[in-house]
Amino acid sequence: MNTEILGVIFIFAASVALAIPLGKYISKVYGGEHTWLDRFFNPVEKIFFRIAGIDPLKQMGWKQNLIALLTINLIWFILSMLVLTNMSWLPLNPDGNPSMSPDLAFNTSVSFVSNTNLQHYSGESGLSYLGQLILMLWQFISAGTGMAIGAVVFIAMKEKTSEQLGNFYNLLVKSCVRILLPISIIVALVLLFRGTPMTFDGKDTVVTLQGDTMQVSTGPVAAMVAIKQLGTNGGGYFGANSSVPFENPDYLTNAVENISIILIPIAMIFALGYFLKRKKLAWMIFGVMTAGFILLVIPTIYYEMNGNPAIAHMGISQPLGNMEGKEVRFGPAASALWEINTTNTSNGSVNSMHDSSMPVSGMNAMLGMMVNAFYGGVGVGFLNFYIFIIIAVFISGLMVGRTPEFLGKKIEAREMKIAMIIFLLHPFLILTGTALASYLAAHDTAMGWWYAGNASAWLNNPGYHGFSEMLYEYTSSSANNGSGFEGLGDGNPFWNITCGVIMLLARFLPIIGPVAIAGLLAKKKYIPESAGTLKADTATFGMMVFAVILVLVGLSFFPALALGPLAEHFSLY
Amino acid sequence: MKNNLLPSLKLTALFILLFMGIYTALILGIAQFAPNHGKGFVVLADGKKHYENIAQNFSDDKYFSSRPSAVNYNAAGSGGSNKGPSNPDYLATVQARIDTFMMHNPEVRKSDIPSDLVTASGSGEDPNISIQGAFVQIPRIAKIRNIPVGQLEALVQQNTEEPLLGLFGTKKVNVLQLNLALNTLK
Repeated sequence: MNTEILGVIFIFAASVALAIPLGKYISKVYGGEHTWLDRFFNPVEKIFFRIAGIDPLKQMGWKQNLIALLTINLIWFILSMLVLTNMSWLPLNPDGNPSMSPDLAFNTSVSFVSNTNLQHYSGESGLSYLGQLILMLWQFISAGTGMAIGAVVFIAMKEKTSEQLGNFYNLLVKSCVRILLPISIIVALVLLFRGTPMTFDGKDTVVTLQGDTMQVSTGPVAAMVAIKQLGTNGGGYFGANSSVPFENPDYLTNAVENISIILIPIAMIFALGYFLKRKKLAWMIFGVMTAGFILLVIPTIYYEMNGNPAIAHMGISQPLGNMEGKEVRFGPAASALWEINTTNTSNGSVNSMHDSSMPVSGMNAMLGMMVNAFYGGVGVGFLNFYIFIIIAVFISGLMVGRTPEFLGKKIEAREMKIAMIIFLLHPFLILTGTALASYLAAHDTAMGWWYAGNASAWLNNPGYHGFSEMLYEYTSSSANNGSGFEGLGDGNPFWNITCGVIMLLARFLPIIGPVAIAGLLAKKKYIPESAGTLKADTATFGMMVFAVILVLVGLSFFPALALGPLAEHFSLY
Repeated sequence: MKNNLLPSLKLTALFILLFMGIYTALILGIAQFAPNHGKGFVVLADGKKHYENIAQNFSDDKYFSSRPSAVNYNAAGSGGSNKGPSNPDYLATVQARIDTFMMHNPEVRKSDIPSDLVTASGSGEDPNISIQGAFVQIPRIAKIRNIPVGQLEALVQQNTEEPLLGLFGTKKVNVLQLNLALNTLK
């Protein structure tokens, strides 16, 4: 079999094989059970809780958990603004890089605190080493935030009737210290020994073989790349992210990084199964997610490996496939797998330029972000899926004419309203943003302070593909993904501010909604299962959830996709 | 919210200490035991230092050339072209690269040119080309350097990097290593 295809199968199989035991470990961590790593982490945690004055055993309700989450996130945002707007004179700036403008700092701070990692700057020239390190800090603790609030929902699903849903601070510290930190160290080690730099020296200047002088950017790369992949962050150290040889030197590091992208998102599903002692439910969820993922990844690999028909027309050969924006050491298959992994999981790091993928691949990447629940971001991916489950339970209930119940709890009008608002928020943010930007671009509006020049100049490509660039940017912002069709001229107040506002709303509302539903359900009386109960852990219900996702996402986004990638596809083939 | 402010501030300070401080220091410490002390893989040749994984511009016809770079091989400002597959300007650029290649390599049949030689990489720093990409450049280099074609073919084969464990990924050639080896041929 083709070694490129074999490589892709290996990466995915290894991810699942590692995610199952990790899921068991995560379930133990959240359940407070004993693990063999306790001897290292118990003392660290004790220091954390003593100094911060937190009683980790003090139980909080769903509202208290949310208030704790929002408070600490606000502090992070303010601190991030302060550092990014003052980098030029703060320490650790050997290359003399400038501070950020307020609108760029706003975008970047929201982006990293919200686990999005959309980047409207280039790391080499736009950040000092201190700037890189503070962003790396957000990569740890924003991921920890998502996992902790995911765990709050796990607890709410487990309890029969309770208002005591764990302690957010405790879960946050445990997620960061016991889960993210040890795996990051392992991944960073692999990267280091395969050629990813870790140094505080500034740019190096070398003379090439044929005698030109060239500068080479470096820095504390290995530490950051590890957590950017593991925490579904994705914000690259360098401008071109993990396509840069210093971030991703060879096929082995590519495999390790790609596994890191989907490892924790998949492990969280199995963790749910172990935690609730409902392994079948976890397999149902994993099955639905994997079916969606495979439906997106296969056409992407096919079209990337087959190359660009417009280039075939010029009479040259495409033995590898579509190579624009790709690296030879990964090849189109591994690039396509990464493209779908990174967009399904809200990671957003790239090892190839999505703007130069074939139209179907670009569409599948967008679809991954539009669903945003096939694995999804660490912790929050499950929250998005939870909304789909609630809707599917409700529709199933209507179909059989019974009161909808999920895990022994009645789902009533209040929960349904929240679920619908949260679902509708995502298409609303994406489509309004795209409509506004397209209107401005189509009318070539003079933008004044918002953008230097007329609006159509922010497009790097004409026609359908130009529309896709704008659609992709807002989809990525609203999915808290962070990848982009990077040709788009987005480093200006218009894109910084609109994307910033969208990322903010799309991060915190879809956290508040599901936690509220789970909290409300947890309070309700538990109804024991009977013969008429809808069984959530069956293949039938899995298909129901899948159909709900297909119909809702399809209806919301098909018109926009038809104008962009689909139109481009039919113009090429 | 007020009850949460102080614990949140203290917790943030502790996270700064752990992740920006201790974690970074730990990885930096381990880096001292990695090849070249964690400063990227380098090759030394004739007293010059080269970064093995970073593409160099080989515009001189006596060298195997690297893939096109959208950022002109700037290793301090990585990037791709971000051109869409149907963009007419982009397709004209590719056509122009093909024409230029044919001019410099008149012995080659157009259908033998692999697309990696006429498309820009994602990073602008791709250090590799495909095997076919090396082979189509052999006639040109053989003529300029006056080296038999067979000897160059053997050189490319020696410098071919197999897929990972012979199973996973692509076959490729590191252009810098190939050109360094080329310089040592008599």
